[in-house]
Amino acid sequence: MRRALILLPPFLWLLLLVAAPVAILAGIALSEPAPGVPPFLPPVSLEAGWQGSFANLLTLAEDWYYAAAFLRSLVVAFLSAAICLLLAYPMALGIASAREGWRVPLLALVLLPFWTGFLPRLGAWIGLLRDGGWVNGVLMGLGLTEAPVPLLYSDAALYLGMVHAYLPFAVLPLTATLLRRDLSVEEAAADLGATPWVVFRTVTLPLSLPGAAAAFLLVFIPAAGEFVIPELLGPPEALLVGRALWGEFFQNRDWPLAAALAVALLALLILPIRLFQRLEDDGGSRRAASPPSRSSGQSLDMVP
Amino acid sequence: MRRVGLAVGLSFLWLPILLLVGYAFSADRIPFQWGGFSLRWFAALAANERMLEAAWLSLRIAAGAATLAVLLGGMAGWVLARHGPFRGRAVFGALAGAPLVLPEVVTGLSLLLLFVVLQGWAEAALGWQVGRGAATVLLAHATLGLAYVAVVVQARLAGMDPALEEAAADLGAGPFTVFRTVTLPLMAPALVAGWLLAFTLSLDDVVVASFVSGPAGTTLPMLVFSQLRIGLTPEINALATVILALAGLAVGAAALILGRNGRRGPGAG
Repeated sequence: MRRALILLPPFLWLLLLVAAPVAILAGIALSEPAPGVPPFLPPVSLEAGWQGSFANLLTLAEDWYYAAAFLRSLVVAFLSAAICLLLAYPMALGIASAREGWRVPLLALVLLPFWTGFLPRLGAWIGLLRDGGWVNGVLMGLGLTEAPVPLLYSDAALYLGMVHAYLPFAVLPLTATLLRRDLSVEEAAADLGATPWVVFRTVTLPLSLPGAAAAFLLVFIPAAGEFVIPELLGPPEALLVGRALWGEFFQNRDWPLAAALAVALLALLILPIRLFQRLEDDGGSRRAASPPSRSSGQSLDMVP
Repeated sequence: MRRVGLAVGLSFLWLPILLLVGYAFSADRIPFQWGGFSLRWFAALAANERMLEAAWLSLRIAAGAATLAVLLGGMAGWVLARHGPFRGRAVFGALAGAPLVLPEVVTGLSLLLLFVVLQGWAEAALGWQVGRGAATVLLAHATLGLAYVAVVVQARLAGMDPALEEAAADLGAGPFTVFRTVTLPLMAPALVAGWLLAFTLSLDDVVVASFVSGPAGTTLPMLVFSQLRIGLTPEINALATVILALAGLAVGAAALILGRNGRRGPGAG
């Protein structure tokens, strides 16, 4: 009885503020835009019954403009996640193999930028990348270019901003996985004559794959819907899902189409999200099992 | 090799931030241009009424949202780690985890639509006209924070042996005493960390706030974002420096509290 008192408040909260909004979102995606406040006709009403339509979702499927936005978003998310993973791996390895007293301060150094405000960091990149900025100064000082290169509002700036913002997210799960690994396996491999590179390639790397996958997805999922970074650093014409959705909502006031875009984005991300949650569940239950009795063979299975 | 990779990554993360802090003390009007040491941009910031008003609003929203998030997220984390099986557990877990993985634009738009529907009902049923603003942002941020707190608390409790609580119960402690004297102290570091996480998350959010806020609820990130769209000003560098200093202090304090608790706590070995 008392347990229900602890269960109910968060459960009701989540039903009202997580489940209901997504259900309403799906409903509005099937509604028709109409002048007024709010600017749509509800898909179902007491007087008219069903008055929804699939027109918004059809528009997304048929209009090449939106397909291109989705494609571009996936490419940007994939490349951002891949670059983050490549940068994060040696960092996580460095933290995990540091002496014990150093690990927490090093991890704090990785996480502190994440706590300093996302917008000011983007502001710094705006200041550094503009024509008379630092980066161009360095390039010109090195004699690599004579005139300033237009860096700001380019794809390069977009990726710099993405990687800078999301890198800490990738370092965390990788570090956790690498810290949990059994060092004696690596020692055994080394004792049996494997060179450090062979040990890394055949032992460390395969054992860290679940962490690497989690790191990749932790960047990929939010990056696919990212709005602020492309808006502030990317090329103005670059159309991404996040920007398309924002534009339909705030500029065109086409709420049903914005909702349809959100639903389509969710549908596209449902596989990566499920995969990420399985990785998390797996890591969590393995952390909870006190003796490491389970083999890593079932790394992708749900452990009851 | 490993140290080189770590050094490269950390410099990439920190170089822009260190430059930003350094140039916040430059007198030049153009950001990231050295014009001699000056505190004029901090003075300008302190005199900027709009910025101060937005900052005060954001701090209040963040504190309220983080507190709500710790209460609800603490319960949710406890349920996930200790409650045992119940009908709807899978749904509960999925809902508690959803805000962590939903793209910001989806969260923002879906919460706005909920608030619009609720506003419509309130007006139709009660004749009560409610505007959107600070309150809707607070509810949205509390929901995001709840999910983060739940994860942190669940992880903390999962790493603790339930036998501790069982032993207390065996020795005659009632459920409330067990919770107050055993479970709550075990959860405390996670609750502190979760509060700080929810607080910073709220202070940093521009997308969800932009969707759910109203004309009277311009938060600090919304204001900074609208200025950055026009261009960078030295004032924003000064503001970032202040935020960085405060975040550093908060992290230092948290590290002290967590470090002390970790050494004292039963899990330390």
